[in-house]
This record gives sequence, C-alpha cells and structure tokens, in this order.
Amino acid sequence: MEIIKRGAEAILYIDYFEGKKVLVKERIKKGYRLEILDTKLRAERTRREARLMREARNIGVYTPQIFHVDEKNCRIIMEFIDGYRLKDILDEWSKEKIERVFIEIGKNIGKMHSADIIHGDLTTSNILIKNDTIYFIDFGLGYFSKRIEDKGVDLNLFKEAIRATHPNLLNLCWQNIVIGYMQEFDKWKEVLERVDEIERRARYVERGSKD
Amino acid sequence: MRDGNLICLGIEGTAHTFGIGIVSEDGNILADERETYKPPEGKGIVPYEAKKHHENVAAIVLEKALKDAGISTEEIDIISYSAGPGLPPPLLFTANFATKIARQFSKPLVKVHHGIAHIEIGRFLTGCKDPVVVYLSGGHNAILAFVNDSYKIFGETQDITVGNLFDRVARKFGLPMPGGPKIEELAAKGRNYFSLPYTVKGMDVSFTGIQTAVFRLIQKGIRKEDIAFSLQETCFAMLTEVAERALAHTEKNELLLVGGVASNKRLQEMMSKMCEERGAKFYVVPQSYSSDNGVMIAYTGLLAYKKGLANPFEDLVRPRWRIDEVKWFI
Repeated sequence: MEIIKRGAEAILYIDYFEGKKVLVKERIKKGYRLEILDTKLRAERTRREARLMREARNIGVYTPQIFHVDEKNCRIIMEFIDGYRLKDILDEWSKEKIERVFIEIGKNIGKMHSADIIHGDLTTSNILIKNDTIYFIDFGLGYFSKRIEDKGVDLNLFKEAIRATHPNLLNLCWQNIVIGYMQEFDKWKEVLERVDEIERRARYVERGSKD
Repeated sequence: MRDGNLICLGIEGTAHTFGIGIVSEDGNILADERETYKPPEGKGIVPYEAKKHHENVAAIVLEKALKDAGISTEEIDIISYSAGPGLPPPLLFTANFATKIARQFSKPLVKVHHGIAHIEIGRFLTGCKDPVVVYLSGGHNAILAFVNDSYKIFGETQDITVGNLFDRVARKFGLPMPGGPKIEELAAKGRNYFSLPYTVKGMDVSFTGIQTAVFRLIQKGIRKEDIAFSLQETCFAMLTEVAERALAHTEKNELLLVGGVASNKRLQEMMSKMCEERGAKFYVVPQSYSSDNGVMIAYTGLLAYKKGLANPFEDLVRPRWRIDEVKWFI
C-alpha cells in the first residue's frame, strides 16, 4: 500500500481493484471524536463525496470514475488519474493555452453550479490535466446547494486561491473563468455580483473601520 | 524599573472583567487583581452595567495591585490597556481610566489588542513558539496562525461563538453565567448522545443550528446531563476538526488553546488526542490565565512597547479591532 497523501481527514493510497490500478480515499477514524458521531460523519461524508463526483460526471464534468464505495470502511475506490496538477504546469503555459483551459474550467464550474453542486475547495491543486482533459478532484468539502451565496463563495474561494498561488496570472485566469461560466450557468449575473459583494465584505476591506 | 527591568502595569476591561496586572521585563508577575461583573441570574451581559461595575471597582483594584506588587508608582515604566475589541461602554471607561493614570503618573501609554494578549500570555506561559492558535471565549471563536507580520485568521464562526452558545444553553437551564463550567459539570454526568447538526465549512464553523436543536431537546424534556454531553461532544469535535485542518494547511506542529473556553477539560482532551494522533505538540494556557486578566495586557504591553508598536492608531479604543490588522512579531 503506497500512501500518496495524508490529509487532515483522509489518506489517499494506490491499490489494485479487480486487476486495475486504483486510487483509494479512506476517511480515517478520529480518536478524539465520540465513536458514534465519528462513524456517522465518516460514512455520511464518504457517501456525499461519491454522490457529488457521480453527479458531476453525469452532467459532463470529468471526475475520476468511481469503481466502488465501501461505506463500512469509509473508502472510495476510484480511477487513478495519472496527470499533472494544474498548479504545477500553469506557469509554463502560453497565454493562449491558459485562455483556452480556463474558459473550459469556467464552463465546468458553471455546469456544476447549474446542478447545484458546490465543489467547496476549488484550487489549482484540485484540478488535474491529463492529455488536455480537465479533471476535478477532491470533493471532500463539497455539498449540494441551490443558494447563490454558496455558489458565490465557491467561485470566490477559487479566485482567492489563484491570487495566492499564481498572483501574476490572476486577471487572465479569472476573466476566462467568467467567460466560460457565463455560457453554462444562467444565473451567472447574480453569482458574479455576489462574488463582488463577498470581496467587499472580506477582511482587508474592513481595515480602518472604527465603529 | 526594578533591577534594570522595565515594569508594566496593564489594565483589562473589554467585557465582564476589570483587571490590573503588573509584570516585569524578566517575566515576573508581580500583581494580578481582578473583579468580575456578574449579570443577574438567567441574564446576559448588559454593557452599560459592566461599565458601571468597572467604575466602582477600578480604584480599589489599582490600589490592591500596587500593594500586592509592593511597588511604588515611580517604579512603573509603562501603562498599557486593552484598546479593543470589546463592548464600547466598558472599553471606553477602561481607556479613559488608563489615560488618566498615565497622565497622573507621567508614564507612556500602550494600546494592546485583547486577542493578541490572550495568545502572547499563552505562548509565554507554555513556552510554545509558532503554534496554530485556537482562541475560544464568550466573544471570540477563531483559528489563527502567525504568517509574515501578523496573526492571520484561518477559520472563524459564521454566526455565534461556542462560548456564547454555552451561555445561552445554560441560561435556558436557568443556570448563572458564565455557562461554560456548568455545562461541563452537567456533561460529565451525561451518557446518551443525541445527534445535533454538525456544520463545518473548510476551517469555519456554525453553531446556530445546534442552538435550535438543543432548545428543541430541552422542550422535549430530555435530561439536562445528556443534552450538555451531546452539546459538548458535537461542538468540540467540530472545533478539533477545524484545528486539525489548520495544522495540516499551515504545516505547523504546535497547537495552543487560549481564551475562557480553554479551561474545559473535555476540549483539552480532544485537542490533545488529535495532536497526539498527528504528531503535533499540544499546549493550553494555564487555567488561571485563560479568562480575561490584566497580566496578559501588561505582558503584551511590554512586548509592544519594546518593538515600538505602542500606538497603532489615534483613537482611544477600537471596539471591532481585528487581530489581522495588528502588525506584530513573534
């Protein structure tokens, strides 16, 4: 068993399932939590994450294919995507390539929001590129919601993540996300207005307030 | 000045407690006097009443602190006070009181951020260096860590604080403030777990759903002990989870628990277990300094004074002073 990542709530490892090389995400037991609460939470989250991934796939957003959900052990057995993290290759790309890919990313987020799928942790580490196909991974903090606020927060988090990791590419990436997003989600105007509002009420704007 | 060490007198008065502490540069606590306003049974804090309370006790607390320290006013080098965040009436009284005595004694005045004081006294007394800080009290509910030149907020509550929630539940039980210790006592005798909404988003938490659910359980006549037990187990699991996420995210390996809620033994146990499981070190501020006190203001006042950060703004107080606005150092 080759552990490739140890997160706060889950471990990821490579395994073999029905002869195929697969990735397993296992939510580990937390000793600090009351056992009945821990068991319930891990099972619920495993179920929800699998549902979000399947739902996203159904509407045409690439996510790793799920082979099996082992609810008892809180494991999702899924396709291993042998690609690059967007974070690691973005800086080498041409302006045209970035435009093309980010329009596509914007479209995908628009599709998810149309289906009330909130990813919850959009970052350039959670997008993989394999042979020009864009995969969204790690729906661990995701949930279903119809609210404009939740969609605005989802997009804003992505914008902030790009600002933190690729500050020089922020405008280029963000503008193209918007171009793609508008094409796929009919409530784009309300969501983008909400993103502006979220930015306005964000911490750095509050500096200097005295009341 | 005593034996070549600067001496600072710190005044705290942002909420219930009016406290004066005297601390010397070499880390000796020379005095720690406090008086706490207690609202009538079943009631929350009335800001104006807290201010009146502070007015009544301020001079006596000052006299006692000086007497405890066995120190004359000439030996004091600096006067510091908590300039925010806090409730405007007691906050303003404290600032005015500090300004007056600083003028009378001809001492420099230092404005201290109340939250930073909680963290710094915790770091000083436990010896931890660069921790993820879990700061929980009646008025605060944040996960912080030092990055570049300030304490950054990684997670907050989206609505009420856990301390506030415990106070509200205790009031519903007809118990006096502060509610935390009473809830802890009851919870220790609880056995049955009732499921409550568990709301964690990234590193943020939300508690209003729990409040609604708990009030419903109270109405149904469920045993108080079981309600308190379920309340603690749920809230503390949420807080421990976000603390762990912050440790993973910042890649730090120390955790420091501060603020009034830090004295809860079950919370300490959960945080300590989580740290143990991931190989981080766990620290908690000693119980006598977990709630508001003047010592932390005196200690932090000394740090700010020595770094030239005594007067970050012109106003006397800043009731909503955000911790990440404070240029700091560790």
